[in-house]
Amino acid sequence: MADQQGDRNVEDLHLQSLTKKFGDVAAVDDLTLTIPAGSFFALLGASGCGKTTTLRMVAGLEDPTAGTIRIGDKDITGLRAFERPVNTVFQSYALFPHLDIFENVAFGLRRRGIKDVTTQVEQILDLVELGPMARRKPTQLSGGQQQRVAVARALINKPDVLLLDEPLGALDLKLRRQMQIELKRIQVDVGTTFVHVTHDQEEAMTMADTVAVMNKGRIEQMGHPADIYELPRTVFVANFLGQSNLFDGRRSGMSGDDILVDSHGLTFAIPSDRFFAEGEDAIVGVRPEKIHIADGADVDTVPENHNRVPGRVTDVSYTGVSTQYLVEAAWGQELGVFEQNVVVGDRCDVGDRVVLHWSPSHTFGLDPSGGSTVGVDTEVLALGALNARLLGDSAGA
Amino acid sequence: MRWLRKRLVGIIAVLVLVYLFIPIAVIMVLSFNNPAGKYNLSWNEFSLAAWTNICGVPGVCSSFVTSIEIGIISTIFATILGTMISFALVRYRFRGRSTTNLLIFLPMATPEVVMGASLLALFLNLRFPLGQLTVTIAHIMFIISFVVVTVKARLQGMDPRLEEAARDLYANPRAVFRYVTFPLVLPGILGAALLGFSLSFDDFIISFFNAGTLVTFPIYIWGAAQRGIPVQVNALATIVFLVALVIVLSGQLLSYRRRKALEAR
Repeated sequence: MADQQGDRNVEDLHLQSLTKKFGDVAAVDDLTLTIPAGSFFALLGASGCGKTTTLRMVAGLEDPTAGTIRIGDKDITGLRAFERPVNTVFQSYALFPHLDIFENVAFGLRRRGIKDVTTQVEQILDLVELGPMARRKPTQLSGGQQQRVAVARALINKPDVLLLDEPLGALDLKLRRQMQIELKRIQVDVGTTFVHVTHDQEEAMTMADTVAVMNKGRIEQMGHPADIYELPRTVFVANFLGQSNLFDGRRSGMSGDDILVDSHGLTFAIPSDRFFAEGEDAIVGVRPEKIHIADGADVDTVPENHNRVPGRVTDVSYTGVSTQYLVEAAWGQELGVFEQNVVVGDRCDVGDRVVLHWSPSHTFGLDPSGGSTVGVDTEVLALGALNARLLGDSAGA
Repeated sequence: MRWLRKRLVGIIAVLVLVYLFIPIAVIMVLSFNNPAGKYNLSWNEFSLAAWTNICGVPGVCSSFVTSIEIGIISTIFATILGTMISFALVRYRFRGRSTTNLLIFLPMATPEVVMGASLLALFLNLRFPLGQLTVTIAHIMFIISFVVVTVKARLQGMDPRLEEAARDLYANPRAVFRYVTFPLVLPGILGAALLGFSLSFDDFIISFFNAGTLVTFPIYIWGAAQRGIPVQVNALATIVFLVALVIVLSGQLLSYRRRKALEAR
């Protein structure tokens, strides 16, 4: 299958000032984006951020209010869905229930007037390892198998771009992991550009070469998954992609190449190339796994240049590979810390006085517009609030 | 006691089935009767006369054929119109859509006597000659409601993404309809047609008002009931029942066979 794309140039997908309004609400707002040919591109965002609308506009199932969509030099904005060299894997697969697997997969070829479809269909069914299922009806297949049929049905048409709309959303966790690897393998095999829409940050990071984090119809940040994770540029990205500890502060000076930020009576150093706040106010951020936890005698060994926060352990949960701590800082905020379980038995206990510390090169400074909780899973926030209330009640009683 | 408690549900189920099928059984049995007087109400002696000479009584077969004709023609028209109305109501937003939605159900809610009488008044006022045409028109009218209800439910239950997937897979609007929408709605349409035919074949009240001198099968039986229903009517009724039974059973058998075949693979 590797030579499938060999006879044709795969070209970049360009979205230019793409806008979609439903009434007065802009679902997608002036989106400009180039998706490189042959890449596995993930559009990541919470539900309602405009990612699916973007995908549907590329597919031709939704008309943009403004802007253009091009593949290479070819403007496809005005083409109808069935005229576009683009195919979609739908969220619930949308397999035709009245056709068997073979006919589902052959559907696109037949509509384009191709008479002899058998070889191609058999070939693609082998690629997704469903050859023996050809004469079954979709309802007789498991979720994972249906998912692969949906991929085969789209891929057999050799589209310039394959769109995947939350393709793994309906699968259970284990199967999802398996299919992530599978999809990535297929993408490498065929070399087609994959545009994958998902709200699952882990899924996006596992599969994609490039991730674009979308919020309120705009791209917040785009790049290699590791780059975005290590250096989020907005509060939304810091919270949505993985977890972050964020605290409000004010810029107070410089120390060499580092910008100093005062926060709750402490001073944090942030390298200037990791600092994105526009004004004097800034939010200091660090990922939970970058934080070291020191107690007792260890406190003296904390490197001099590290940022540090003293606090008290309020929760310890052991998860096997790591131990997750919640540490309450002097100003009441709880910080999350992940520590690898390298040394057995060396764990802190609830109530211990500890010092959290981390390298300035793992610190980032963000612009505080919008507050420090945008992008946090609202369910987590609700749970936190509930927890606080329960604790408050029991303390009062 | 325990024996009874264990089997109570089964016993009741059998009793209900007996209750449902006794009238039909009586009709079938009496089709082999040679009645003593002019009323075919009590068993006298076995005879195949009604079956060997099924059109032997004047008017039986012609009225039967008339009813079949009316049933087929009105079902075809009503199914086509009703299907198109359903698509319009489900797929398009237009002025008066919700009103139409409501009005289409009215014939189902209107008492048949009222509908029959008002249709008669309409035809008389228009000086439209009563006959097979007026009965057919009346039947089309009330079958449409049933077709719309059935087909609309089917259309609404269809995942809109299936049609989007077809468009995505190079199907132009015509192909989307032909290869995806229509095959998926077809079972609903066929069901509606079967229901429509049986409603038409069965209808007495509305037909009676608008038939003029035309005699449909139900009208014939009603007329015959005054002076004794001929045994041939029992024979024809038995045939109708058996045909319906065969249709239902073969449908069941087909889906059972298909399921078995797929499991065996």
